[in-house]
Amino acid sequence: MKLLFERSRPGRGMEYLPPCDTPAADFAPDALRAAPPRLPELSEVDLDRHYTELARQTHGVNDGFYPLGSCTMKYNPRVNEALAALPGFAELHPLQPAGTAQGALEVLYRAEKLLCEITGMAGMTMQPAAGAHGEYTGLLLIRRYHQSRGDAARTKILVPDSAHGTNPASAAMAGFTVVAVPSNARGGVDLDALRAAAGPDTAGLMLTNPNTLGLFDPNILEITRIVHEAGGLCYYDGANLNAIMGHARPGDMGFDCVHLNLHKTFSTPHGGGGPGSGPVGCKAFLEQFLPAPRVRCADGAYRFFTPEHSLGRVRSFYGNFAVVVRALAYMLALGRQGIPEAAENAVLNANYLMHRLAGTYDMACCEAGCMHEFVMDLSRLKAETGVTAMDVAKRLLDFGIHPPTMYFPLIVHEALMAEPTETESRETLDAAADLFLQIWDEAHTDPEILHTAPHNTPIGRPDEVSAARRPVVRYAFES
Amino acid sequence: MASYVPSAPAERRAMLETLGLHSMADLYRAVPPAARVTTLDLPAGKSELEAAEEIGAMAGKNTVFGSVFRGAGAYKHYIPAVVKAITGSESFVTAYTPYQAEISQGVLQSIFEYQTQICELTGMDAANASVYDGATAAAEAVFMCQERRHTGVLAAATAAPQVLEVMRTYCESRGVPFALLPAKDYAVDPAALEELLKAGPACVFVQSPNYYGVLEDVQPIVDAAHAAGARAILSVNPISLGLLKTPGEYGADIAVGEGQPLGLPMSFGGPYLGFMACKQPLMRKLPGRIVGQTTDSRGSRCFVLTLQAREQHIRREKASSNICSNEALCAMTASVYLAAMGPGGLRRAAESCAGHAHYLAAELGKLPGFGLKTGKPFFHEFLTGCPVDPELLCRKLEARGILPGLPVEGGILWCCTELNRKPQIDALIAAIREVLQDETAV
Repeated sequence: MKLLFERSRPGRGMEYLPPCDTPAADFAPDALRAAPPRLPELSEVDLDRHYTELARQTHGVNDGFYPLGSCTMKYNPRVNEALAALPGFAELHPLQPAGTAQGALEVLYRAEKLLCEITGMAGMTMQPAAGAHGEYTGLLLIRRYHQSRGDAARTKILVPDSAHGTNPASAAMAGFTVVAVPSNARGGVDLDALRAAAGPDTAGLMLTNPNTLGLFDPNILEITRIVHEAGGLCYYDGANLNAIMGHARPGDMGFDCVHLNLHKTFSTPHGGGGPGSGPVGCKAFLEQFLPAPRVRCADGAYRFFTPEHSLGRVRSFYGNFAVVVRALAYMLALGRQGIPEAAENAVLNANYLMHRLAGTYDMACCEAGCMHEFVMDLSRLKAETGVTAMDVAKRLLDFGIHPPTMYFPLIVHEALMAEPTETESRETLDAAADLFLQIWDEAHTDPEILHTAPHNTPIGRPDEVSAARRPVVRYAFES
Repeated sequence: MASYVPSAPAERRAMLETLGLHSMADLYRAVPPAARVTTLDLPAGKSELEAAEEIGAMAGKNTVFGSVFRGAGAYKHYIPAVVKAITGSESFVTAYTPYQAEISQGVLQSIFEYQTQICELTGMDAANASVYDGATAAAEAVFMCQERRHTGVLAAATAAPQVLEVMRTYCESRGVPFALLPAKDYAVDPAALEELLKAGPACVFVQSPNYYGVLEDVQPIVDAAHAAGARAILSVNPISLGLLKTPGEYGADIAVGEGQPLGLPMSFGGPYLGFMACKQPLMRKLPGRIVGQTTDSRGSRCFVLTLQAREQHIRREKASSNICSNEALCAMTASVYLAAMGPGGLRRAAESCAGHAHYLAAELGKLPGFGLKTGKPFFHEFLTGCPVDPELLCRKLEARGILPGLPVEGGILWCCTELNRKPQIDALIAAIREVLQDETAV
């Protein structure tokens, strides 16, 4: 379809603003740009139809089942969008006096309290704008902690080889060296390898639990103990909190700090890649290092304050405030019954879908039951038929299902990682299972239809190699 | 209690039976008893009506000012209704990052269009698909300039304090030397620049218009940086680029800025977006997502996430940044805003911002003690003196429904946009006169 720039016609456009009603400001000629930016000139109807067409070529949660592992693509309640857009939030200047924004400070304060209770932490900052940003912030807490003790030797962060790629990247950004810890045969942390790796140079461990194979590590208490005994701290990557909220808490497992993904666990929408929110919580002994400002409440009034040994700022202002509003609305609606109910149904749905597929597809390590997601290993299918995980994923697109996460975690070859979430009905799961089984049959009877999939989508498979080799990252104007 | 779980209790029991389980608790057998919780100390769940009332009550406690003369990093602009209508589309709102290009052309094409618009605004060759905000964009730009034996940043002290604080946090953790370039008369001190460049930083960071609203004398700064072998990073206000000289025209290597003025509500500080654009040689050092054009198996033009070899999911600890998904819907909002405004509309917004601000400065100048702190040129923000306690003046104006400029360094930092038209400015001046009269009468 056409680009905005290709729809542009000289002289078209809307008058959204009146002419300036004061004398024009006088700038020196060499302070002005030589030519106007080549922005498109469009009528409003041109513009609106352009994006209506783009929306049709976009697959959201409301367009169909979205079992994208590790991403928790649950339904995003509509009411939360309406609440975040209330003028009392949307029209607030971040630097207006706290006395005129008490309700906004209350949002930050109450969200912090509820999230602390859910995670077993003492304090939390809402400043990080995304999960990776939260990881970075959490690691800075660990760094500050060791610095405050004059312990300069702790330069290494232990990261399991099954971890999300952001974990090692965040550790490097926070100034640490990454030590990969191998997984055991069941995808959990190999305790002997952990004992061997942990030592006087260990700053901490980053761990996702349930892990990226969808398994709760039964040795979790032993794992955090080993790291603590070596003098390190334990960081909880909250990517998979949806499986356990209301049933188990990172704080009780021995973790010292956590980040959460409000856009996963707490139902705020993903927006095609943001905005999210990545709050970071910690135990009481780390609170003094949290980013500034934080909110406290005394005598019914909310105020900003700077923690005593704050690590500084990781973002301007207070983070993605409007995302926090949505998450708070979600937590208030679900409450103490709804939070664990969401988690257990996420686990139930994942186990049900896995059960329907387990007789056909090989599962990675989760025969005895998974948590909120499971990983299929398509190595055997590939060996038998030449059909890859990519082919299966692309074939799913023909039927309006967003594929599971492909080729992750890295420790499983031909991996497809499925996370159905709690907001899908049994019919949806059954229909998806039937489709997976049909595709398995197709792989044996008509593999070509999989190699060439998708067939019913707006475009076929893109040539990614050419895109990277000869990058075209902006429109080339004719003039 | 609200619940978004579709299955009714009987259906859940049937699914458990299929699995050979008796209760939901059986699903958590792997969790050691010592790590389990039975009940959380949370309030009881609520119906949608009750939850909405509770959140609505919090919104109701905030003052929404009809008249806003405060900027300092967040700006109240007019947002055409069509912008919110388009970006509120359920598919755009609820989609994931566009990894599956075949069903994500809408998001991918919109990012490609956004990248093009940012390049046009800034006069640069390539842009990424956004980062968290203007402050993190500045920090990431510094990282783009670091080389093995050539490190460090010289950052203008006239940049927004929040931006400098974030840069300092990022640089400290990565071991990048961070030095401040001092100010003289609310702009970069050229003598200090010359001196500090002798230390050989990898880059110089300047914001123009700067925190005080002043247009920095950018050209000599860029030239001096280049002469000293340093890259030049210029942070800009995107609305100002409807009118003012671009980072590209100044010869800057990287342009960054806070994208909030491009159609995003102030929302008490977020979500916003940071934009980043650069010259061709630095393209492969841009952090975050980049969309590129290619063709599909049917021979048609299409768009994909590209240059992924830079990114964390491939490179892990060797990635250029840990950033992955960030502010895609905000970037789309900026793109829709720019497309709606067009070149003429953006120019009118920029001219109105500047025209209103200069009128306000002139009117304030007629009051005793509100003179401009510097005679340097400015865009839509400026610092004046204040003959009474600035905090006191602000409180009195707030009580009259006006959010005045921000008290800064003993004066007041004012801002105007296209929303602060002449009658609103005249009303502000009248309100200030009233306050001053009350004060002198006491």
